[in-house]
Amino acid sequence: MSIKITVTVNGVKHTDKVEPRLLLVHYLRDVLRLTGTHVGCDTSGCGACTILVNGKATKSCTMLAVQADKAKVTTIEGIASNGELHPLQEGFNQCHGLQCGFCTPGIIMTACDLLKNNKKPSEEEIRVALEGNFCRCTGYENIVKSIQYAADKMSAPKARKTKKEATV
Amino acid sequence: MSTNNGNGTAATGGPIGKSVKRVEDKRFTMGHGKFTDDIVLPGQTYAAFVRSQYAHAKILSVDTSAAKAMPGVVAIYTGADVAAVNGVPCGWQVNFKNGNAMKEPKHPLLVADKTRHVGDAIAIVIAESIEEAFDAAQTVNVEYEELPCVVDAFKATQPGAPLVHDDVPNNICYDWALGNPIEEVNAAMSSAAHVTTLEFINQRLVPNAIEPRCYNSSYDAINDKYTLYTSTQNPHVIRLLMCAFVLGIPEHKVRVISYDVGGGFGSKIFHYTEEALLTWCTKQLGRPVKWTAERKESFVLDAHGRDHITKAEMGFDSGGKIVALRVKTYANLGAYLSTFGSCVPTYLHGTLMQGLYTTPKINIDVTAVFTHTTAVDAYRGAGRPEATYLLERLMDLAAHEMKIDPAELRFRNFIPPFDGVNQPGYQTQVALQYDSGNYHAALEKGLEMLGYEDFRKAQKESANNGKLLGVGFSTYIEACGIAPSAVVGSLGARAGLFEFGQIRVQPTGKVTVYTGAHSHGQGHETTFAQVVADKLGISMDDVEIVHGDTEKIGFGMGTYGSRSIAVGGTAIVKSIEKVIEKGKKIAAHLLEASADDIDFANGNFTVKGTDKSIAFGNVALTAYVPHNYPKDLEPGLDFSSFYDPANFTYPFGCHIAVVEVDKETGKVALKRFIAVDDFGNIINPMIVEGQVHGGVAQGVGQALFEGAEYNEHGQLVNASYMDYCMPRADDFPIFETATQVTPCPHNPLGVKGAGEAGAIGSTPAVVNAVIDALWSGGHEVKDIRMPLTSERVWRAMQN
Repeated sequence: MSIKITVTVNGVKHTDKVEPRLLLVHYLRDVLRLTGTHVGCDTSGCGACTILVNGKATKSCTMLAVQADKAKVTTIEGIASNGELHPLQEGFNQCHGLQCGFCTPGIIMTACDLLKNNKKPSEEEIRVALEGNFCRCTGYENIVKSIQYAADKMSAPKARKTKKEATV
Repeated sequence: MSTNNGNGTAATGGPIGKSVKRVEDKRFTMGHGKFTDDIVLPGQTYAAFVRSQYAHAKILSVDTSAAKAMPGVVAIYTGADVAAVNGVPCGWQVNFKNGNAMKEPKHPLLVADKTRHVGDAIAIVIAESIEEAFDAAQTVNVEYEELPCVVDAFKATQPGAPLVHDDVPNNICYDWALGNPIEEVNAAMSSAAHVTTLEFINQRLVPNAIEPRCYNSSYDAINDKYTLYTSTQNPHVIRLLMCAFVLGIPEHKVRVISYDVGGGFGSKIFHYTEEALLTWCTKQLGRPVKWTAERKESFVLDAHGRDHITKAEMGFDSGGKIVALRVKTYANLGAYLSTFGSCVPTYLHGTLMQGLYTTPKINIDVTAVFTHTTAVDAYRGAGRPEATYLLERLMDLAAHEMKIDPAELRFRNFIPPFDGVNQPGYQTQVALQYDSGNYHAALEKGLEMLGYEDFRKAQKESANNGKLLGVGFSTYIEACGIAPSAVVGSLGARAGLFEFGQIRVQPTGKVTVYTGAHSHGQGHETTFAQVVADKLGISMDDVEIVHGDTEKIGFGMGTYGSRSIAVGGTAIVKSIEKVIEKGKKIAAHLLEASADDIDFANGNFTVKGTDKSIAFGNVALTAYVPHNYPKDLEPGLDFSSFYDPANFTYPFGCHIAVVEVDKETGKVALKRFIAVDDFGNIINPMIVEGQVHGGVAQGVGQALFEGAEYNEHGQLVNASYMDYCMPRADDFPIFETATQVTPCPHNPLGVKGAGEAGAIGSTPAVVNAVIDALWSGGHEVKDIRMPLTSERVWRAMQN
C-alpha cells in the first residue's frame, strides 16, 4: 500500500507515493536524493537528521514521510540563497565549527530554529539548545562560537548599498 | 626547514603556521559531503544481518526457507556458505613470554558453529530494498543452545571459566612483559620509603563515530574488477588485508574508495568482516551490495576501546623520587582479535610506562584475554591513555599519601629538558627513545594559567559552602607519528608503517597532491595544502589534495596514531624537494646557469647573486613543453615519495582540571580545563586547537560520563543513545588551551602530531581533580571507578 504525499522541500513541491512506514529522512535521502541530512542513530538520539518542518527543528528519523504531507520542509541544502552561504554556514567555517562534517547539517538546522526564536543567545542557551545533537569531533566549543558568529551577523544592521557602491 | 617562532607555529611567511580556514568546509556545511551511505549504485541491493542475541550459544540450526520466499529477497548466506573463506586477520603478532606466538582463533565472516558475542553475524540477507531485507531477516529462524559466558578479563582466566574459543586455554591470547627484569624491579620496590598502590579499572568505551559504518561493494564481471566503497580510515590497508588475507583476490583487481568519513577515532581503522563479506557476496550476485550499520549494531560491532583491569605500584625514596614501577594488567580483547587489538595493551601501552619521569626500574606484565564481548582495539589514544591514566593517577595519589604537592612531586621526577639535537634523545626503560622534550616548562605554564596559589586558597574556602573544589594534574607523553617500519616489524607488526605522498605539478603550475593519509575530520585538505603552497611559494588555491582512493593514490597506510602530518606530511615534503631539485635543473638550463647556482624561494628560481629569475609556473610549463630543455632530463614534473620515519614522535603536555563536587549529591561539575600541549611545530593552529578540544571532550567523557556496561549474560545493557552517556554541549566549560614548541628533531617540518593528545592527557586530570576535592573534604579516597557518576562519588564520600 502506498500513500500519496505532497511535500514542499526547500521551496520545491514534490508529490510521491510512499510506503506508510517510510521515514521522512529516508524520503529525503532515498527518494529525493537530498543526502545532506544524515542518519546517525535511527532513534532520535544524535540529531544528525535534524531538519525544519514548518520552520521547527525536527528529527526526521523519528517522523514518517506521510506525516509530512502538506508540510514545508527545509534541509541543509536549502538554506543558502542565490549562491550566498547562510550566516551559520559561514560561521561554522570561520570558527572551525566542524571537523568530519557528519553531524554538521543537523546542528546547523537546530541552530536555525534557535536563532529564529532567540536572536542573541548566550553561550549557555546555545549549549542547552544543542542538547539533542551529538558531535564527537569538536568538543562543541567551536560550534558554540560558530552559532554566536551567525547570531552577530544576522542581528547586525544590513549594510545598505548606496547607488554609487552598487554601480562600482 | 621551518623556523619556530615560539608561539606554537612554524612561521615562514607563507601559509605554514597560520590558522587558515578549512577548504573542505563548504561541501559539508552545504550538505554536499560524499559519505558512503550517500552512494547508490545501478542495480543496488541492500543487506541486513541476522545477529546473535546471545553472548555465547551453540547454533543448532539456521532455517532460511521462509525468508528466501519473502518479497524482494535476492540471496541469503549463512556460515556454511562461507566456511571455506578465511576469517579477517590480525595485523600484529605478539608473542607469549615463552616465545610462542599468540593465539589467533579464526574470526569468520559469518559464524556457523557457535556465537561468541552479542551481535555475532549468523546470516546475511540481501534484498531489493533495505525494508525488504529487514523484513526477511526477521523471519530467519535460528535455534540456539545458550552456553555460559564470561565478560570480565580477569575472571575469564580463572579455572572453570567458559571458553570463548575451544582451543585457547584459559582464554589467554598471550602473556607479555616489558622493561627491567622483575627481580630488579622487586628489589628496588622493596627499598622504597613509600609505595603507592592503585588497583583500578580503565573501563570499556564505545567509540561512537556519528557516521555508522557503511560499505557498498560491486563487481564488474566483464573486467573482473571489484569496487568497495567503505567508511574506513585506511583504504589501502583494507584492500591489502581483504585481498591478500581473506578473499584471495589479486589487489590490482580491487579498488577501495573512502571519500568523506564521518569520524573514526580508531574504530574505522580495522578490517571488519562486513567489508569482506559484501565483497564476496557481490561476486556471487553480480550486483552491488550495500550495508549501513544501525546504531544498535555500531554499539556491539565497532571495536570498543580500553577495558583494562590493573594493579600498579609506584615506589618512592624518602625525597619523593620514583625508584620503581610495577604493573600488572589484564586486557580484555573481546571475542575475536581485531586488526590491531593485540598491540594496543602491549606496544602502545607498556612502552609508555616511563611517562615523563626518570623512573629507573620498570616492569609491566600484561595478560590479554578473550571474553564473550565485542572486540577491543584502538580508540583515540590507543594504549597511551591507559598508560597515562595509570601513571598520572599514581602521581596524584602518591602526592596525597606523602603529603607532597602534586606539581612539586612531578618537578622532582621530570626528565630534564632535551632537544634531541644538542642533547641526545632520552632512552626509556621500556624500549622507546623520546625525541625531544621540555616537561618542566609545560607544567609551569599550566600552573601559571591555573593561578595555582589562588586556587588552593579558594579550595579551602569552598568547603564551607557545600561544595568541594579539586584540582587534578596530568603530565602526559605519547608516542605518535606511527611508525618506523623496522622497529615495529621487530615487535611483531605485520605491516610497514611508512606513508606515501605524490606531487603532480600540472603544466600550468597547479599542483595535485596524492596522499596515502586519510582525512575523516582532521582537515588534511587544508593542512597539507598549506605545506605545499608554503614550500612551493604558490597560492593554496593552486593546490588540490586527493585522498581515499586506491586507484588514484599510489599507496597509503592511512590515518591513526596521530601520524598524518608527521609521516604523511613528510612524504609530501620529500616529493616537494624532488620537484624543486628537478625544477632547478630546468631553470638552470633556461637561465643559462649551473643548477648548483639556482636558489628557489617564494615561487621563483633565481641565479644566485643576480636578478635572473624564472617563476615556478614557467618551469612547470617547460617541463611539459620541453622544446628548450636540458638534454638528459626527462619531461614532466611529478614525483612520489615513500617516507619511513626514523623514530616515533613524542608530543607531551600538561592538562589540569578543576572540578566542583556537590557534597550532598556527589555531582561533579567540570569548572575549568587547561591544556598546555607541545606538538612540535604547528602547521594550522586553528585545526590543532580543534583536535585538542575534541580529544579533551572524549577524555572527559571517559572520566565523567561514558562506559560500556555488560551484564553477566554478556548483554551490553547500554547499547543506545538513551543509555550510553555521550557528552553533550552543556557538559563542558570553555577549554583553556596553549601550546609550546619543542620541535621534532627527526622530520623536516619539526612536527609531532596532535590528534590524540586531548584524549590521552585529560582523563586522569579530571579523576585526580575529583579525588583531590574529596581529600580536601577529609575523604581519603584512593579510587572511584570511572565514569564518576554522582552515585559513585557520593558513595565514596560516605566511607
